[in-house]
Amino acid sequence: MIIGIDVGGTHTDGVLLSEDEIVKSVKIPTKKDNLYESVITAIDSLIENTDPSKIKRTVLSTTLTTNAVVQKKTSPVAVIVSAGPGIDPEFYKTGDYYCVVKGALDHRGRELASLDEQEIRSISEEIKKNGIKNIALISKFSPRNPSHENQMEKIFSSNFRNIFKGHNVSGHLNFPGRINTTWLNAAVHDSYDNFFRSVNESFIERKIKSPVHILKADGGTMPLSQSVKFPAQTIFSGPAASVMGAIPCADKNTDSIILDIGGTTTDIAVLAKGVPVIAQNGIKIQNIKTLIRAIETRSIGAGGDSFVKVENSKISAGPERKGPAMAFGGEFPTPTDAFVFLGEINDGDFEKAKKGIEEIATPLGISMEEAAEQIIDITAKNIVDAFTEMISDINNKPVYTLHDFLDGYVLNPQSILVLGGPAGVFAKRIEKLSGIKTIPVENFSIANAKGAAMAKPTCTVTLFADTAQKKAYAVSENYEESIPSNYTREDAYAKAKALLYAKAEKMGADMKNIEIETIEDMSFNMIRGYRSSGKNIRITLQVRPGLVSE
Amino acid sequence: MLKAKNKTGLVFFPAFDWAIDPTHPEREERLLYTKDQVFEEGIMDIEGIIEYKPLKVTRNEINRAHFCVPDIESVTTNSHFISAGGAKAIAQKFAQGEIDKGFALVRPPGHHAMRVVHGGRGFCNINIEAVMIEYLRKEYGYRKIAIVDTDCHHGDGTQDVYWHDPDVLFISLHQDGRTLYPGSGFTDELGGPNACGYTLNIPLPPNTSEEGYLYTIENCVLPVLEEFKPDIIVNSAGQDNHYTDPITNMNFTAQGYAKLTTLLNPDIAVLEGGYSIEAALPYVNAGIILAMAGIDYSKVKEPDYSPEKLKESADTMKYIKNVCEKVLAVWDSRNDLKKKIYGNDPIFKTKRNIMYDTDGIYERQFQHITNCDKCGGALKIDSESDRGWKITGIHAPVNVCEKCLLQAEKWYETSNSEINYFHDNKNDRFERKKH
Ligand SMILES: [Zn+2]
Ligand SMILES: [Zn+2]
Repeated sequence: MIIGIDVGGTHTDGVLLSEDEIVKSVKIPTKKDNLYESVITAIDSLIENTDPSKIKRTVLSTTLTTNAVVQKKTSPVAVIVSAGPGIDPEFYKTGDYYCVVKGALDHRGRELASLDEQEIRSISEEIKKNGIKNIALISKFSPRNPSHENQMEKIFSSNFRNIFKGHNVSGHLNFPGRINTTWLNAAVHDSYDNFFRSVNESFIERKIKSPVHILKADGGTMPLSQSVKFPAQTIFSGPAASVMGAIPCADKNTDSIILDIGGTTTDIAVLAKGVPVIAQNGIKIQNIKTLIRAIETRSIGAGGDSFVKVENSKISAGPERKGPAMAFGGEFPTPTDAFVFLGEINDGDFEKAKKGIEEIATPLGISMEEAAEQIIDITAKNIVDAFTEMISDINNKPVYTLHDFLDGYVLNPQSILVLGGPAGVFAKRIEKLSGIKTIPVENFSIANAKGAAMAKPTCTVTLFADTAQKKAYAVSENYEESIPSNYTREDAYAKAKALLYAKAEKMGADMKNIEIETIEDMSFNMIRGYRSSGKNIRITLQVRPGLVSE
Repeated sequence: MLKAKNKTGLVFFPAFDWAIDPTHPEREERLLYTKDQVFEEGIMDIEGIIEYKPLKVTRNEINRAHFCVPDIESVTTNSHFISAGGAKAIAQKFAQGEIDKGFALVRPPGHHAMRVVHGGRGFCNINIEAVMIEYLRKEYGYRKIAIVDTDCHHGDGTQDVYWHDPDVLFISLHQDGRTLYPGSGFTDELGGPNACGYTLNIPLPPNTSEEGYLYTIENCVLPVLEEFKPDIIVNSAGQDNHYTDPITNMNFTAQGYAKLTTLLNPDIAVLEGGYSIEAALPYVNAGIILAMAGIDYSKVKEPDYSPEKLKESADTMKYIKNVCEKVLAVWDSRNDLKKKIYGNDPIFKTKRNIMYDTDGIYERQFQHITNCDKCGGALKIDSESDRGWKITGIHAPVNVCEKCLLQAEKWYETSNSEINYFHDNKNDRFERKKH
């Protein structure tokens, strides 16, 4: 049996699954200042009459990291960077202590300037005196050569235990993103570590010995024990759970759009042949660029409680919410009131809803029926416009080869899955406006927890080989090897694949059903003076997000 | 947090799967390290810098700038459609007001491609700036255009396309043609009879460095631009003036290119050459992008940058000042040049020979241009190549007057080469007939 828990902002949902079937489900209010307690309360009620040895796996999706960032409840971090030529690293100042040290690498990882160990030693002492306990170490181009970060770690390790290095975050080249992500891991580490310890202890107490996993932003899982090193990856796992929960309802042979319509916002995600579209190069969190891979999502201010008004003789809805619908005690008319007035929602106070619609209809001199229809159509149109733009943006992402330009995959959604409270009533309006088949997903809140429960582990590996320097690297895997000058792209691919398999196994993947996807596969002849001086090979592979039963 | 002062659009299309041939300077690897540097710097994430996908240009958009012999397919590959499409995408975003400035970091380059295209010249088949500029003129009504070509090689292709057009000011700064391909671009190449003085060439001596180059921009190029008052400034931003470039002999730097960009303040930059792919391009491109966006670039320097080593000699500076004076004198007397150089025939005729080094083709041309004070004139080019093609191309510019358009039509009716082209940019009419 599998347990899935989705800790949301207001409610925590949990399911107990046996062979994909929901045996039991639970919904409790989330305790905002103690997420651990919410998790354990949900688990206790799920396993009440179950033999703990039958639990094969538990997956948690928590808002812990998101909350820490949003509420600025992060721990102090000292950020040490080495940069070299380029944009002044002072622009990337972050953390509570920020320091640029000597030392530089170039785009092929060759050392341009060495570190000054004496300088780093005295910085280490100074930070210790300041009382900061978490350290982030980042050098420019560390995915091409981690040695400077490792050398710094050696020095810092005599004074500190919690050290986070940039090259462990991602093999992707993006220095500011790497600084931010390394800082984020260090900054949320303490609160995450507390959560981790409490969950671990409780599971031991309850004699649940099977692995516990955490849902990541990319819709995949990682073992709880590993997540302590990379807590930043658990950010936005809530939206990821919704997307994973919708997958069973999606067609595997065509593309679909997922809409999570709430009171205030609608979240949009896209499935390409049943697989979530991922932002490979990382997402922004509160306008901070990170290298956290995540399911590509977009959020717009349109939902059941969007504030409806008349402006310049036109109806507008959203993006703001000014409280609940009038039918449910609010002060201003909303799309929900329109649905109540039209009899499509049989709940709430009809008279109050009617009053709200009248406020809109009267100044326009139209019937109340027409006003209600218009309110709903305008809201639905905002949603349709937003996902149309999102699909167009994904299809117009920059590409760097003729092949990708001419033959790259083009999304062409054939269906829309709608989740959330007002899903059912919005579905047919969205279908009419977009011309795309629209299906409401039932039991969506349980679907989230089920999506978390059934999510598979995901991981990526980036391998970089430079035969002129006779080196192959996969820095985030701590892999480095001398290679012969006749090393080929095929050798590199095989190595990357082996590294990915090893990583996936460590992540708890079912190795019989593993599916590999190539993100980057390039080999360049390096020509110097009309002769080949070697090959420059870049391979990035991933295990795609998906569900365990597939 | 970093923020761009000017909203800057970028098209980055390195064509990682296209080369002229595997060891050619114009090969897959050329922008590899530039991509690494630009992405590691996080430039694409800076607020106010927007990356766009290239568009693809249409056949008629190419026809506005070229007569392709025997046809477009024979002298282009998809790479040329996308490279020109990269410049077009930037032009479109600029014209629509979405961005304040734009840089098309694309390959293959284009500035050696002339109006008639029998094949590749100097790594170029399609003049991507010309295709872009004709797009801006036709679709968005831009009238006065200035092109400043800062590639180390003379922009002979762009010069040829706009030779007769007084609305397009073409200024090329380059290493002296006596010492470098294509061997042209001297101060006496001033444009055709209807546009005399609107082509300006500034040949610089080998080893020119920051001081000489920036002096030329400030004291020669900027005053000319000030007087011309263009609606838009386009920079053909070749990067082969760099001190590490393997195929040229100049001493320019990343700091120099960035300062040049700040001084020139172009609306649109289009990448041209630049073949020091590791030691120069990553830093030069980063510098140019930051300069366009109005972001501090003071620390963007080559790892081995040494201003002392690259200091301009007194002799070089003296020589450069001399060239600048000469060019300014020509510019000041531009209204008198036509009569002095070309006389006053109703139709001017010229002959010339063109070498296609990349594809090893030899072309002979015979040109007719109407004498007109109202427009760039109707142009007839009879061209034959040693590949055996004989064509007549008739071109009416976008600003063509009625009289010249009539002449162009008359020429087309009576022309009887193997292939005859009629390209009327004003009405977007592109015809051809075989004989
Ligand atoms: Zn050049
Ligand atoms: Zn005329």
